[in-house]
Amino acid sequence: MHELSIVSSVVDTVTETVAAYPGARVKEVRLRVGALASVVVDSLEFCWGIATEGTALEGSRLVVNVLPVVMHCVPCGKDVELEGVQSFRCPKCGEPCLDLRQGRELEIDSIEIDEMDEAEEKI
Amino acid sequence: MTTRIVELRRGILKKNDELAAALRERYTAAGVLVLNLVSSPGAGKTAFLEWTLTELRKRGARVAALVGDLETDNDARRLAASGAPVRQINTHGICHLDAEMIGKHLDGWEGVALGGLDYLFIENVGNLVCPSSYDLGEGIRVVLLSVTEGEDKPLKYPTMFNSADAAVITKMDLAVPCGFDRWATLKNINEIRPGMRIFETSVKSGVGMEAWLGYLEEERKARNGAGRFWVI
Repeated sequence: MHELSIVSSVVDTVTETVAAYPGARVKEVRLRVGALASVVVDSLEFCWGIATEGTALEGSRLVVNVLPVVMHCVPCGKDVELEGVQSFRCPKCGEPCLDLRQGRELEIDSIEIDEMDEAEEKI
Repeated sequence: MTTRIVELRRGILKKNDELAAALRERYTAAGVLVLNLVSSPGAGKTAFLEWTLTELRKRGARVAALVGDLETDNDARRLAASGAPVRQINTHGICHLDAEMIGKHLDGWEGVALGGLDYLFIENVGNLVCPSSYDLGEGIRVVLLSVTEGEDKPLKYPTMFNSADAAVITKMDLAVPCGFDRWATLKNINEIRPGMRIFETSVKSGVGMEAWLGYLEEERKARNGAGRFWVI
């Protein structure tokens, strides 16, 4: 399972990002994970506490937004959302779909941080 | 305290994707067709590759292989018997190969230059989950499935089957004793990756192997070494 290495990579990226905000505390990290990303959300959450320990992310919350698979259906001429990942056919017309438009994402969407105000910094 | 949202929109495997893109450019420039072989453990990747390397060499093709394994170099020693240059990549517990490992092993590979190869085969670690996330810059991703595994493997591992370019069913000589349901397997592969090329093979009987070699030749000519492109 590669969830721990994925989580470690998230921790590294976020640590680099918050370095630009001295004294900031990371409250939440939001990920976008496609249904075809080969990642188990429960495992990501399980690893989160271990991987963030002793970092600027310690105590933060991990929020994973799972994105359904979206394919482009040629006969229908539009993007269609698949109901699952067991059949790559258009749910409307039943034709096979080859053109994947969404579903393999594995990215950090955004982070929420508590930043120190200037006045506080002076104290 | 002020709460601020910082937008990142950054791929978690961005580093791997960038390294893979650079590898793909190297393969293209060198005119070598790179194949990434993935399967569950025991599907027969090594036997299939042994046969392929030996046969391609007999026909005058210039071939080499990188072999990923958790700990041993048993597979590399088996493959080296074909006479092709083979290099072992021990991942030491890591369940997949990544682009960095490939790059490191290509550099300093004594006696092997990419430009002097027609085909480079990469035998991935036996695992149908994690290797699907790691682009190695390959031109073709081949997923292998043996008749001794369940017909529903493609449905259980849709990411791997959907991201592959070709499927190879191995050990066809065991199809009857194993009660292999050929139609269900073909149907399941086709549900996950409609229209994917499927080869039904056995290195013991030789069935389907000529079709496989024909495909390699076809692809190499058509691509002239060009890399595969990801959908997203």
